Amino acid sequence: MNVRGTRLTNDEFHNVAISVDHAPEIQYKWATGVAITKFLAGLKEGKIYGVHCDDCERTVTPPRMFCEECFSPMNNYVELPDTGIINTFSVAYIRTDAVRIEKPQIPVVIDIDGTTLTPSGFLHLLDDVKIEDLKIGMKIKAVWKNPEDRTGDITDIKYFTGVEA
Amino acid sequence: MTKKVGLVSAGITRFQRRAKETGKELSYYSAKMALDAAGITRKDVDGVIIGSAPDAFDGVHQKHEYLTDGSGGYNLPTMRGYVGGGTGVFSPIQGWYCIASGVHNIVLITTEEKMSSVLPSTQAAFMTIFDNLIERPLGPNLIWIFALEMRRYMEAHGIPKEHIASVSVKNKENAIDHPSAMLGKKWTLDEVLNSEMLADPVRLLDISPVADGAASFVMMSEEKIKEFGISLDDVAWVDGVGWNVDTTMWTNRDLYYPKYLEKAAHQAYNMAGQKNHSPEVLRKWLSFAEPYDPFNYKELHHLEGLQLFGKGKAPQAAFDGITARDGDFPTCPSGGLLGVGNPIAAAAGMKICEIYWQLTGKAGKRQISGDLTRGLAQAWGDLMQVGTVFIARGGRVE
Repeated sequence: MNVRGTRLTNDEFHNVAISVDHAPEIQYKWATGVAITKFLAGLKEGKIYGVHCDDCERTVTPPRMFCEECFSPMNNYVELPDTGIINTFSVAYIRTDAVRIEKPQIPVVIDIDGTTLTPSGFLHLLDDVKIEDLKIGMKIKAVWKNPEDRTGDITDIKYFTGVEA
Repeated sequence: MTKKVGLVSAGITRFQRRAKETGKELSYYSAKMALDAAGITRKDVDGVIIGSAPDAFDGVHQKHEYLTDGSGGYNLPTMRGYVGGGTGVFSPIQGWYCIASGVHNIVLITTEEKMSSVLPSTQAAFMTIFDNLIERPLGPNLIWIFALEMRRYMEAHGIPKEHIASVSVKNKENAIDHPSAMLGKKWTLDEVLNSEMLADPVRLLDISPVADGAASFVMMSEEKIKEFGISLDDVAWVDGVGWNVDTTMWTNRDLYYPKYLEKAAHQAYNMAGQKNHSPEVLRKWLSFAEPYDPFNYKELHHLEGLQLFGKGKAPQAAFDGITARDGDFPTCPSGGLLGVGNPIAAAAGMKICEIYWQLTGKAGKRQISGDLTRGLAQAWGDLMQVGTVFIARGGRVE
């Protein structure tokens, strides 16, 4: 095995080697579709919507326009509570761009109450919690932005936090 | 009736953080090595497969076009398959069905990744794979979702971190013997357990390094193997292939167990004629495996999905040395992604190379002792939802 390839050090790569730079300017504007528009419009009103599959008899969130299991259309939207349990979480010391941060972010997958699939929920962040108290199965609730500040975005929920026992 | 297909050679570049070569040039190195090792030229090839993961790393969209010449595809039927991290094991599956169906006789397959081009870090490119409507606004990081899965897995079975960390120690040590490796080194369990915390429970030495590199292999139909006079000692027959994909809504799946991989594994074992899928039987039937190990817990998670260990049983086995290169069931004898490096598609391609070299006795210092019958390579990708499985058997194994 005679492997080949030429290694550049960090300094060579950034400061010495001939290179061509490109910083594209590109933007996207996504229509949010039938089901997620319903979900986001609900968040603007302070509500979490799920959808019920009348064939599979299950309630799931985030909503989708069709059931991926039985492939039936779904339009039976149901309002769910803004509470759930921690399905899993992390305590992250790196930001989205991999830069280290002092105050950790706490991503969480929430199992939203009232759903019938385990888990059925979405990704969000936890805050205003004691890290040492966190555990899978812990009951949590949404902390909302003020109604006038909501725009129909997942960040209309500021974060989730623990529910007092 | 499908045709019998064999791997007849493999080639690989050095894996490194920043390569001077372009992706096309890296592809040329590994493709040329594989052709030379098979004793054929590009003129003998009648089909080319390119495997490469997100275009966003390169900043060159539709990069299969860009990679075509380096992969030997000029003026030939050429295609690119893409299932994220699962790509490197999906590419030889594509090679298999091109020949098994009778469409081609000799296929050259190249898996390539160049991750160093994107700045300031690969996370900017990884961001493009997340759900665009309700996940990206939260500013996710790829390491987050692995931390979320790892915690769910550990919680489900009460797995101690020491057991998971032992996989990093094993694979990085195995990689000392791999000429392509970036990170071959003997680490202690304590060093892994106390390395920099990134996203609890994931620490720095739990993760494989991003890299540039390419790996290639040649596949032939049985009649071409005879026609070219290739010794069966230099052949590894394709025994079984499987692939499966779960929903992209990963927050609607229980991450503790890779169901999609179980389905892919059943498909591959059944195709190979192995009807008993109990762990004890499968570990005897296979001689070793190269499960996908971008993170240390993933090797264990995947060994369970592959039915090679019961649910929650792989961590203790790894900690006890059963999966060491000289253990009862070696896993990642190459050094894996954790040790050799993780140029995405090429990293899984490296696992196919390892299966070939081990089964043909060409693995050098990494050679597993004893008579090897079968090896399995597996990869995982898309948004944590795809499983790809490839099983080969020695040229003289019935």
